[in-house]
Amino acid sequence: MVTIKKSLHLLAAVLFAMMPAVSSANVDPVQQGDTVHVEQTAIAVETTEHEASHGEEHAEKSNDQFVKEYIDHHLMDDHYYSFFGDKELHKHYGFALPIILIDNGLKVFMSSEDFVYKGKVVENGGQYFKYYHGKIYEVDGPNGEIVYDAEHHPTNKMPLDFSITKNVAGLFLASLLLFLGFTALAKTYKNGPNALPKGIARGLEPLVIYVRDEMAKPNIGHKYKQFMPYLLSVFFLIFLLNLLGLTPLGLNVTGNISVTVCLALFTFLYVNLSGNKDYWKHIFWMPGVPVPMKIVLAPIEVLGMFTKPFSLLIRLFANITAGHSVVMGLIAVAYVMQEALSTPGAIGISFFLTLFLTFLEILVAFLQAFIFTMLSSLFIGSAVQEHDHH
Amino acid sequence: MTIPTIIGAGLIVIGAGYGLGKIGSSAMDAIARQPEAAGKIQTAMIIIGALLEGLAFGALILGNN
Amino acid sequence: MEKLIHDFSLGLFFWQAIILIVIIFILGKFAWKPIVNALEAREEGIANALAAAENAKRDLANLKSDNERLLAEARAERDAMLNDARIMKDQMVAEAKTEAQEQGAKMIAQAQATIQAEKNAAMAEIKNQVSSLSLDIAEKLLKDQLSNKEAQEKLVSKMLEDVKLN
Repeated sequence: MVTIKKSLHLLAAVLFAMMPAVSSANVDPVQQGDTVHVEQTAIAVETTEHEASHGEEHAEKSNDQFVKEYIDHHLMDDHYYSFFGDKELHKHYGFALPIILIDNGLKVFMSSEDFVYKGKVVENGGQYFKYYHGKIYEVDGPNGEIVYDAEHHPTNKMPLDFSITKNVAGLFLASLLLFLGFTALAKTYKNGPNALPKGIARGLEPLVIYVRDEMAKPNIGHKYKQFMPYLLSVFFLIFLLNLLGLTPLGLNVTGNISVTVCLALFTFLYVNLSGNKDYWKHIFWMPGVPVPMKIVLAPIEVLGMFTKPFSLLIRLFANITAGHSVVMGLIAVAYVMQEALSTPGAIGISFFLTLFLTFLEILVAFLQAFIFTMLSSLFIGSAVQEHDHH
Repeated sequence: MTIPTIIGAGLIVIGAGYGLGKIGSSAMDAIARQPEAAGKIQTAMIIIGALLEGLAFGALILGNN
Repeated sequence: MEKLIHDFSLGLFFWQAIILIVIIFILGKFAWKPIVNALEAREEGIANALAAAENAKRDLANLKSDNERLLAEARAERDAMLNDARIMKDQMVAEAKTEAQEQGAKMIAQAQATIQAEKNAAMAEIKNQVSSLSLDIAEKLLKDQLSNKEAQEKLVSKMLEDVKLN
């Protein structure tokens, strides 16, 4: 009896503690609700316009296929910031983003719904561009079509694309938030180091200390200070982008391979540019082993130089992508399983599963930022530490 | 996805799952033996877990796409 | 892998690189460095304050022990002084006593000597008086006795008798 009472108390406490989180977390399903609401009606109407724009590829889309495409589309970068869309009216609600192309000179123009979603050809500076699956291709004229090869890959010329895409906009937003948050934190120290930060900065200070004491100091040692800007930037950028990915803004920045490649490249550069003599010696002429082993080890170590950042980039990309796919998939349960579970049942199950997974994703968001920074500092540490034991 | 890639993916997941289980159980043993070092053991556990995870993800992505 | 390479977008990579560099350097200048330095300064300050408190505590303890030592020294000194004083007093008392005794003895001896001298003088006086008195008495007696002849003869005979005896 006592134990039951205790566990009931515990349950009540846990539910109570989760309440604020629930209130913010359910924004997700609500927003998604709009989208999928649309999807649902769309299945029946599955139509002409879209078909026409994407040409011959889809005959009739099933519900599952639609969900899969929707998730795929979410995981990809986009040239139009769409919050949600109406499938029936074939409309996307959001705002246009600037497109910057380098193709016979700089070409800047605003994207439009028609250009991104309806295959409209846009003319700029005497050249014609058409949008296909997240990429911009050059076409011959106002009615030009994309020419495909045997494997259904476009063969058209692709201009260099430096557009402010959805992810770039997300990056700008994240860096703006970082800038506001941390300049506020830095400002509090102007009144002497003992001034306590106020507001949001108060929560940032322990994180800065965490990065320094748990990652930089134990792994790098006394030279940690020169790497602090990089480690802090990477940690907070990844963490913030991961968290933004969980908001209804629909961003998936850290789940994009280009972003993780860039982050890993920076770690690679930091490690190898700050590597000391010992580090290079350990790669090319491993001390303490016989000469034949040295020759065998050298290529392995050189390979290791590249696999370390590669595993960093793959890990971050895969974790966030997997997280987004699963969350989106669970949200889709509300629509896909409506017939099997009845509408309230499907929505309820979807809501609780999504809620649970969103909590998990918050943990993953922190964990991936932690792991990336931790391993970066570990690699940097191995490059700058002095071996005096040989 | 072809049949071999599905089998390969399954093998990768089995291997990674076994490895993660091993890391977890060893960490639990270690924490039980030395509860005062729990923080350090957890950090090390997460790092090794992440390395393993990276390997598994890498294999899955290289194989499946 | 092929899909990943296809997904790779140079534009996004470029912007990410720009933003990362901006964050590292601009934020580094305006936020990371001041924050890290301030945290370090604060920790140093705390460490210093703690060390200072520790020092102060030690100083206080030292001072306390110093005080105690001084007090003990003062007490010992006082005791020593009291002791000295007592000894000196005893010595003085003893000295005074012996001196007094000596003086007394000397005075007694002097008095005795004076008494002796007085006594001797008195004795001598008495002797003189007695001799003159006895001479007077003898004179008177002789005068008396020698007034008649018979008595003179008797005396002479007696004296002769005495001489004979000698």
